[in-house]
Amino acid sequence: MASMVDDDPRIIEFDVRTDEMLVNMGPQHPSTHGVLRLVLRTDGEVVSEVEPHIGYLHRCAEKIGENLTHRQFIPYTDRMDYLAAMNMNLGWAIAVEKLMKYQVSEKARHLRVLIAELNRIASHLVGMGAYGLDLGTFSPFLYAFREREKILDLFEEACGARLTYSYITVGGLTADLPPGWLQRCEAFLDQFEPVIKEYHALLTTNAIFVKRTANIGVMSPELAIEYGCSGPVLRGSGVDQDMRRDGEAIYTAMYEGYAFEVAVMKDGHYPRDRDYPAVPADAVLGDCWHRFFVRMLEVVQSMDLVRQSIDRYSACKGPLGEPLKLTEKMPAGDAYLETECPKGQMGFYIVSDGSAIPWRARARSSSFSNLAVAHELCRGCLIADVPAIVGSLDIVMGEIDR
Amino acid sequence: MQGPGFLEQLEEALPGAVVGRNLEAIDPWVEVAPERIADVCRWLAKSSPVRFDSLQCITAVDWCEPDPKKAAKVSWQPHLEMVYHLWSTPARVSLVVKANLPRWKADVPGQPPEIPSVCGVWRGANWHEREVYDLSGVWFTGHPDLRRILCPEDWEGYPLRKDYEMPLDYHGIRGR
Repeated sequence: MASMVDDDPRIIEFDVRTDEMLVNMGPQHPSTHGVLRLVLRTDGEVVSEVEPHIGYLHRCAEKIGENLTHRQFIPYTDRMDYLAAMNMNLGWAIAVEKLMKYQVSEKARHLRVLIAELNRIASHLVGMGAYGLDLGTFSPFLYAFREREKILDLFEEACGARLTYSYITVGGLTADLPPGWLQRCEAFLDQFEPVIKEYHALLTTNAIFVKRTANIGVMSPELAIEYGCSGPVLRGSGVDQDMRRDGEAIYTAMYEGYAFEVAVMKDGHYPRDRDYPAVPADAVLGDCWHRFFVRMLEVVQSMDLVRQSIDRYSACKGPLGEPLKLTEKMPAGDAYLETECPKGQMGFYIVSDGSAIPWRARARSSSFSNLAVAHELCRGCLIADVPAIVGSLDIVMGEIDR
Repeated sequence: MQGPGFLEQLEEALPGAVVGRNLEAIDPWVEVAPERIADVCRWLAKSSPVRFDSLQCITAVDWCEPDPKKAAKVSWQPHLEMVYHLWSTPARVSLVVKANLPRWKADVPGQPPEIPSVCGVWRGANWHEREVYDLSGVWFTGHPDLRRILCPEDWEGYPLRKDYEMPLDYHGIRGR
């Protein structure tokens, strides 16, 4: 019995209660993923309350959206989740297409899958690398950025930009791929596949990493659903939901014919888990380790999808099609669409009065809902666990503050 | 979105709460009386045959045309439209609930209209309602901690109102 008390630091801390202290973390703290300020109410090393303060990066994106046409708004969506700008472009583009009942060409559809999944890999690599930084290990960050750089090079070739692409746009894509791009993409995938083993060796099975993340910040599926969490944060709690499979018809049609398994634990197993390290004995479903591991599985899943889309895209004979005109009028009405972005379900809501300029452009951010749950997860944890929990949510402030 | 049978159950459970509907829209919606919104949401989340256990998004749409020339041509009266996007995780269906509010409480400009908070139904509504209050100016009665979330606490006005004017000066910073 005595050993159990020794193991749980909280029990000791509560034995010697000290005065409560308010500790300010951020907005420029290196482990808060941007300008996030956390006010911690602490009793010694134990955190009794965490209050996130957001808004430092608020750029009035929704107000700007009411003054531009639908296609002119695309570059502003880039700047929401700037680590997965392609997915943001896609979310807005499909939401507008849903309102206009527009269907893109078959070739554009497969190219969109290719680009969006490639960006998902890049985003999860940053998430993984930055999570290592949060926990005090620098090397995984460099290993992750080495590979991400190659994806950015591919994007630069395709659309000219490395971060804010505006490549996917309303009615299709701004340009077709340059010659030889697919071969270079395949070469990247072949080179990248064995590298994933390195990541698992560096982080997933690393004893210190497991100690810092397993059984920390455990979130029940009910809590995740009530807070509207989505993406790897929701699937890390064992909820089987992925908008690419469960979403609205216009979005799931994009993935029609693609084979993929949602990365979620079912009956104690992840899909194809014999290829990956075993779940550590200490890890509990819904903790930081599982959220991290779901992301790592999605990297492999996205690689599969990219391979499938390369085949389909090259088999398409028809033209790519031109995107819609900048001033193409939208029918009066409203439409809401959620897409599965790397960080979670990103929703766009457009209200139109019949002109080309939306009457209201609303962005529902996945990181916003994922961060809102942080104070529930941090209650009663140690100060050192706060970066571990906030980092496992993989938030991007550009998307939260918009 | 379930068919009319589902709506009849809602009307039976909460008579008079549903005041309008459009099931042919791109996203079919039901309109409820604003003072009943919390009851309707609680029924949808806890008692309905399809449990809408997740709140995706709360939006306020300001229907107001500040330009008097254009305002003469529009077909609607100025009002504020609340839009709630709900999602059912077990059934994987969505539902849109709308409610219409006056633009200002008792027609006094600057006084936010009131609507019951749904924080008691989904805890995740807390931040969404704070955002709507901050940017669109709606007062959620019963909200545990209603204050600005994105704008600074001493910001004046509600930026997503159509007749909002950017301040000329904020603590010595030029506005326009």
